[in-house]
Amino acid sequence: MTARNRELAALLFVGVVGSTAFASAWIASSGELTADWVVWVGVLLALYLAAHVVTRVTVPFADPTLLPLAGLLTAVGLTVIYGLDPVNARKQVVWVAIGLAVYAATLLWLRHDYRVLERYKYLFGVSAIALLLLPSVPGLGERINGVRLWVQAGPLQFQPGELAKVLLIVFLAAYLRDKRESLAQGRLKDLGPLLAIWGAAMLVLVQTSDLGSALLSFGIFLAMLYAATGRLLYVAAGLALFVAGATAVHSALARVQQRVTVWLHPWTDEKVYCAINGKLELRQNCDSYQLVKSLYSIANGGYGGTGLGRGTFETIDGTPLIPYLNTDFVYSAIAQELGLIGAAGVLLAYLVLVARGMRIALIARDGFSKLLAAGLTFGVALQTFIIVGGVLRVVPLTGITLPFVSYGGSSILSNFVVLALLMLVSNRAVTAQRR
Amino acid sequence: MNRQLARVAGVAMSLLVVLVVATTYWQTWARPSLAERQDNEIQRVAQFEIKRGPILDEGTVLARNREREVGGRTLYFRRYPQGGLTAHVVGYSTAGRARAGLERSLNGVLTGADRDLGSLVQQSLDELGGKPIVGDTVVTTLDLDAQRVAYEQLGSRCGAVAAIDPRTGRVLVMASSPTYDPNLVEERFGEIERITADCAPSAALLNRASAGLYAPGSTFKVVTASAALDSGAFEPSSTFDDPGYCIAYGKRVNNFDTSRPFGRIDLATALQYSVNSVFCNIGQKLGAQRILRTAGRFGFYERPPLETPDSERLASGLYRDGELWFPERNQDVDAGRMAFGQERLLVTPLQMATVAATIGNGGLHRRTYVVEKVVSPRGKTTSRTTPEVIDRAVKPTTARDIGDMMVRAVQGGTGTAAQISGARVGGKTGTAETGVAGRNTTWFIAFAGPEGKRASVAIAVVLENQTSTGGATAAPIAREVMQALLSSGANT
Repeated sequence: MTARNRELAALLFVGVVGSTAFASAWIASSGELTADWVVWVGVLLALYLAAHVVTRVTVPFADPTLLPLAGLLTAVGLTVIYGLDPVNARKQVVWVAIGLAVYAATLLWLRHDYRVLERYKYLFGVSAIALLLLPSVPGLGERINGVRLWVQAGPLQFQPGELAKVLLIVFLAAYLRDKRESLAQGRLKDLGPLLAIWGAAMLVLVQTSDLGSALLSFGIFLAMLYAATGRLLYVAAGLALFVAGATAVHSALARVQQRVTVWLHPWTDEKVYCAINGKLELRQNCDSYQLVKSLYSIANGGYGGTGLGRGTFETIDGTPLIPYLNTDFVYSAIAQELGLIGAAGVLLAYLVLVARGMRIALIARDGFSKLLAAGLTFGVALQTFIIVGGVLRVVPLTGITLPFVSYGGSSILSNFVVLALLMLVSNRAVTAQRR
Repeated sequence: MNRQLARVAGVAMSLLVVLVVATTYWQTWARPSLAERQDNEIQRVAQFEIKRGPILDEGTVLARNREREVGGRTLYFRRYPQGGLTAHVVGYSTAGRARAGLERSLNGVLTGADRDLGSLVQQSLDELGGKPIVGDTVVTTLDLDAQRVAYEQLGSRCGAVAAIDPRTGRVLVMASSPTYDPNLVEERFGEIERITADCAPSAALLNRASAGLYAPGSTFKVVTASAALDSGAFEPSSTFDDPGYCIAYGKRVNNFDTSRPFGRIDLATALQYSVNSVFCNIGQKLGAQRILRTAGRFGFYERPPLETPDSERLASGLYRDGELWFPERNQDVDAGRMAFGQERLLVTPLQMATVAATIGNGGLHRRTYVVEKVVSPRGKTTSRTTPEVIDRAVKPTTARDIGDMMVRAVQGGTGTAAQISGARVGGKTGTAETGVAGRNTTWFIAFAGPEGKRASVAIAVVLENQTSTGGATAAPIAREVMQALLSSGANT
């Protein structure tokens, strides 16, 4: 069985699982299975089959698990989002369609040799910074929840930071592969441009208060630096830099202090000052409200969960309990509805995705491909860790999306670009192996 | 580069494994404690989709469900047809203010969460079929007629009545005044806060019978006398000189009526007439620790056993700075004053009813319980409470002698107001002065049974802010409630 046939089989299997899941959410919300359900399921399956055909033509030897895994994760995300609000699910389908189109376009564009990207590394570096700066441009940026992350373009809101992350990884892969020898020998002079680009990115992120993305970029940077040079000293220095930076940010930004306090002590027995309403409140009713409610949601799932579309996210009079449920907190919705079994299943999907991605990095022949695949894959793993770990109170909570699952266009788009790049690297590596 | 890449892969995958571990922690290990938290609205809302089991008392419904369609789902809200009659035992289950009483402590049973595997499988199948989960039915041991008598008798006075069957430990009456209507908790809580009675704050939500702490006054002499006889150093016929007062720590402690000293008096007569000086002397001889150890065998220093939540039951004993306290040295406590119920002793009515029941039951301290049985939705009894002896509190002879003294107190002593024709009643009065005139805490504890038979009722009555004595205020209430219990068919 060829790789593509395995991919097709896996996609059809995911289709069956996804349609069943979606059917149960559908029944839970409307009481019966109507013909509309077929349209939803059919559209989604058709989209993925189309993507499969493009894959078959452009990268025939690429890893067969990545596309079905992406399909599984988007299906889980859509099903949960549908249960919360069908209108958002409809928008999300459109975004998945656009995402798959971008995936196909990327494959078609770079099918001969994606390594042309290497040549434009500084362009990528600079445009990453430009993208990050976009929301700060007056008249263009949109401030949501105290954070400038969005760009308003007509009816569409766009979060350029998501795409900037991918561009940064491409830049880092190209740059590090160029300079890894000298860096490994400790020629710090070559760190210059690197630190400049990276530092600018960090500055922008801190300036826009997007701490989650800052943490993510920093982690990816360290991982790629280590992979390229093999020097733990860089990692140690980087971590020291991080601790110093974090301490500085901690004392400078009230927002960061608040996050850390909430993380360490979400529950108080006595009332403390609440900045939201200026009164004395228990912290679980004020600053840590989101986190605590989300933990209750997760705990309510237990082993088997409440069932798709049957989770409790509102009070009896219909007031929503958890804000940003379909973006930052989508995992707490999944964990409640699917329980430990389902949530662990979703995490397992990420685990397989990461394992396959790292395998691509291992079998790739050239440094750029290795670093690119490793950087992109590590990015997916770290991003998942930061948001799910935040929701689970493993690390302080910083708002960032769950790859392929969270509601939101920019996130879906950039994740499909990541997927396309991994497929390209994989195809090339396997082709080289076969020769 | 592959070695580094393998390490990076290792780190990436461990990060995800950490997430699996953390999810497991929250969904299994931490789940029960999160579900218990008062601000966990998700848990509360989710539980309203469960068809909660009713709470019954024989044939009478104490708590039932009312269905309501909210946003496409059927939710089950609670109604309490008996209103304030059993409010403190049954409690409430609401969306806005969490839960109390049996509704809180037996939540697992009432929502069907505490079931065995077979039932859980059946339940999961029902769930898949879209049927609501149905909880188990709880049946209480209360005697509603006597409960009603207790509330009528208490009237607007603040206080409590607790009655037990000494032969089993069944709680027959648990009344706390003022009471409240649990149906108002959800939406008209303000009305409960505005309830007034002969005390301030009226604290209607407090279950005074098991969580109200009062100075026991002379009712504690029953415990002291038990310790005295059990020690072997005293007999009912041991005689004392009563000058009308006793010197404790250089200070004079008066009898209730100093104008009429008894002169030479034996122990039995001293209990009959509640003579403080005699017990003061006994206390000084025995020492505080010995008396408190006897009290411990009656159940002091432990929360009185019952199915209601822990927070709604308090332990009796010596209290210091608001904390339960057992003296490490005898000289830390004024044993003379403690012996007749003063000196920072605080007790609950349920505990004092247990003391009376233990004496009436030949010295066996039984576990008190208010849940008769739990019945599954299909009518199968899944658990039935069996009577259980916790401890032998005092020797059988001690119990018999103390019982006789208490009977004498009712026949011709301080407790004559509790006489019931055709029944053998033994009782002890108590009047604890708070130092403010008209603010006495008055008590009556008693056991009773048909003439020539074992005692079948034990009771404790406490009243706050009284001008008169326990014999005049609490004993008549005890008589009415005991009479109701003795005449009811269920208790023969």
